[in-house]
Amino acid sequence: MIRSNIPAVTLGDEDISAIAARHPDVFANRPWRRLHGPAVIAAIALYSVYCWFFFGIGKVLNEANWDIAGNYLADWVSYEIRPDFEIEPDGAMFIEWSRFSPLGAAPDPDWIDLTHGTMERSSGSDAATSSASVAEKAANSFMMPGQPGTGAQETVSEAAGAQTAGARDAADQESGFSFMAPGAPTASNPAAGAVRETAPQSIAEEVITRAVVRLGADNTVTITPTLVTLTRGAESLAVRLGPGEVVTPEGVLPDWAQQRYAGRKVVAFFGFTGRVEVDYDGVKVRHRFLGWENFVFDARSPFWGRSAAEVISLVMSGERLDPSRSNLALAWNNILYNADWQHLDVWTKLLQTIVMAFVGTLFASVLAFPLAFLAARNITRNRVLNQLNKRFFDFLRSVDMLIWALFFTRAFGPGPLAGISAIFFTDTGTLGKLYAEALENIDDKQREGVRSVGAQPVAVQRYGVLPQVLPVFASQALYFWESNTRSATIIGAVGAGGIGLKLWEAMRTNQDWENVAYMVLLILAVVFIFDNISNALRSRLMGASRP
Amino acid sequence: MSLASVNSAAQSGGGPRLSPEGALVERHWQELTLRRRIYTVGGIVALLVVLSASLWFANESNAGKFFDRLPYFFDFFIDLAPREPMEIWRALFDLPSPYYDGSFQYDYPAGRVYLTETFYVPEYFYKMLETLNIAILSTLIGFTFGFLLCFVAARNLVTNRWIRGSVRRLMEFLRAFPEIVIAGFFVAILTIGPIPAIIAVSIHTVGSLGKMFFEVVENADMRPDEGLRAVGASWIERVWFGMVPQVLPNFTSYALLRLEINVRASTIIGAVGGGGIGEVLRLSISRGHEAKTLAIILLLFLTIVAVDQFSAWLRKRLVGEQAFEFGR
Repeated sequence: MIRSNIPAVTLGDEDISAIAARHPDVFANRPWRRLHGPAVIAAIALYSVYCWFFFGIGKVLNEANWDIAGNYLADWVSYEIRPDFEIEPDGAMFIEWSRFSPLGAAPDPDWIDLTHGTMERSSGSDAATSSASVAEKAANSFMMPGQPGTGAQETVSEAAGAQTAGARDAADQESGFSFMAPGAPTASNPAAGAVRETAPQSIAEEVITRAVVRLGADNTVTITPTLVTLTRGAESLAVRLGPGEVVTPEGVLPDWAQQRYAGRKVVAFFGFTGRVEVDYDGVKVRHRFLGWENFVFDARSPFWGRSAAEVISLVMSGERLDPSRSNLALAWNNILYNADWQHLDVWTKLLQTIVMAFVGTLFASVLAFPLAFLAARNITRNRVLNQLNKRFFDFLRSVDMLIWALFFTRAFGPGPLAGISAIFFTDTGTLGKLYAEALENIDDKQREGVRSVGAQPVAVQRYGVLPQVLPVFASQALYFWESNTRSATIIGAVGAGGIGLKLWEAMRTNQDWENVAYMVLLILAVVFIFDNISNALRSRLMGASRP
Repeated sequence: MSLASVNSAAQSGGGPRLSPEGALVERHWQELTLRRRIYTVGGIVALLVVLSASLWFANESNAGKFFDRLPYFFDFFIDLAPREPMEIWRALFDLPSPYYDGSFQYDYPAGRVYLTETFYVPEYFYKMLETLNIAILSTLIGFTFGFLLCFVAARNLVTNRWIRGSVRRLMEFLRAFPEIVIAGFFVAILTIGPIPAIIAVSIHTVGSLGKMFFEVVENADMRPDEGLRAVGASWIERVWFGMVPQVLPNFTSYALLRLEINVRASTIIGAVGGGGIGEVLRLSISRGHEAKTLAIILLLFLTIVAVDQFSAWLRKRLVGEQAFEFGR
């Protein structure tokens, strides 16, 4: 061997540098080659700087509202309950709930303690002419005084007094509206009009005098009409309301509270459990709870607020809540039509997305299959036909899926048909191109073998070509099926059906991030399941074809 | 089965009589064929049932029914016919239109983006540039992070199963998370504009490029790595000098392929609030501005063809005729 002819040598430094000097091209790259890497990196850096200014990234990031980001993210997994304590200029305090409170129509959570009292209120100059308007106003407020016994014979002033007496019962009694009661002031006695003229301008009303709100274990907010005491752990802050439209914190603000402008509202943060906004005319409490509220039953359902064991026992053996149907049917219906979560709608839309991807990909691969045979230059020996088909594939691919989606949304109306067609058109192009490439790369020996025994052209394709490419075709179709499940979500948002639009609408309100989270979880689950199915099928297909 | 019945079965086939062993082989073969046929037919029937159920469902839940809408199929094109073909060019290059009546439909020059006093970039070219920049920037970001992550996910470089597994799960998660939600979330925090689109497309790109990259790394030649390990190189040195030189052409090639996909993705994201050409396309279609819509479609088509051709040419230079088969 060669090696045995050369004795082992040790090169000195001199020899090494001599060799390096004789063959510089081996030991030192040409300058442009050496600078290749740094040049590319410099170009990328320059481009990034250009993009920074082109998009104004710094400015946008500066102006971003990152506080909101935290809130929105928290909304994914939690919900807020928002009681508002309204304080009128005369010191009367009422509690108001947001219209669709997760606690139902008449919330009375155990983390709020209310102390009630009666208060003589002036009905105000604009309402002085008619105390009925006071009754109306009172009826519109949350603590609606209702008096079932309010008769038509009573004078209006008496009615007002009677209402206060019966303040706390029958909040939903319509008869509190004595003004609207048939014939109340007009047909009863003419004295009513006279009394109205001289009606006392002050009425007694049931108001809240003190409220204690507990946010979590060691935060409390004590609200009285003139003083709000916020306690976070060991620290505590007193905020004086008024006189006038002024809010004054007593002492130094701790770092968990802030007041942007002197005399204006004070916002206290209690971490995840919530925050409180104190203003001269009221206190807004935002108490955050972990979890998805009313996920199974909404507040209108008779099953709402019951424990799982209660619901199960009701469904299994309870009295019929609705005489027309069984409890099971009622419960199932209530779940499906849950107003907050819209389970049925979400599931239907998700199914639409799945169907869009499935049917679109299936049709695309079925159509791409014969066309690819025409496009492959080793199968169809007709240059014009090859080129025509390939350009057709390119056309389908290059008109974006977005354009197809918008076009078919116009043609078929919004819905999954548009999505199916968009995926079908785009993927016929993509799959056709890939299939044609796979056909052009086949091993020619099998085909020659089949042809040499005098087989018909169709038989040559069937036995010489198809066994080679079919696993590849199927595998690629499966891959696109899975990837289309994802893209079907996006084109849905432009109206092509499926869950995309629902997601987009839920996000646009900026209120329903928990619904977004729910849909994202469903989508992720579907994508993972299909990913695994498609991977398993693909590895079986490809495994069978490999030696 | 008794011998008699085997014989009768063999005789029923005709031809020369079979010995009992021969008949057994024949019967076995027939059973196999039958079973295969049943599987095939059963599979096709199941597929057809699922397909027709799907089609029925799609048709039922669609706003317009397929056969009702079919006669109106080409209405879109009829609606899109501009008043004269030259209108498309005017819309494309922001030239004044003779039909200008003060409405948005023909106010082509209004969108001009002036770079100097007299030199302007037509609106749609500028928007197209924006979309292209979104795609390129997010491919770069995706490339960077995918590059950093992929070596940690490769079986031949990292033996710790937990590190590898968690990086892979992370990439799967980034890939599967709906882009539209990321875009929508950042639209809510930032404003409507290209940056939410960049973030959304980048995050998706990190996941998908990372997956392709670590598959390349796992198929790489391990001999340079062995050599480096033999002389005591650290993990980073092994990756940098043993792996990167041989995988970089493939990486670049995959990144170019991803760039093609990202151009389309950023167009779509644009249509749902991400700015760029997608947004103007959606607006102009919904407002029924024919010439503008056609100009945008034309521009988008040409750009996508150009990007595809450029990327195919560059990929061929980088890795030769190596085919990229999805899903292999």
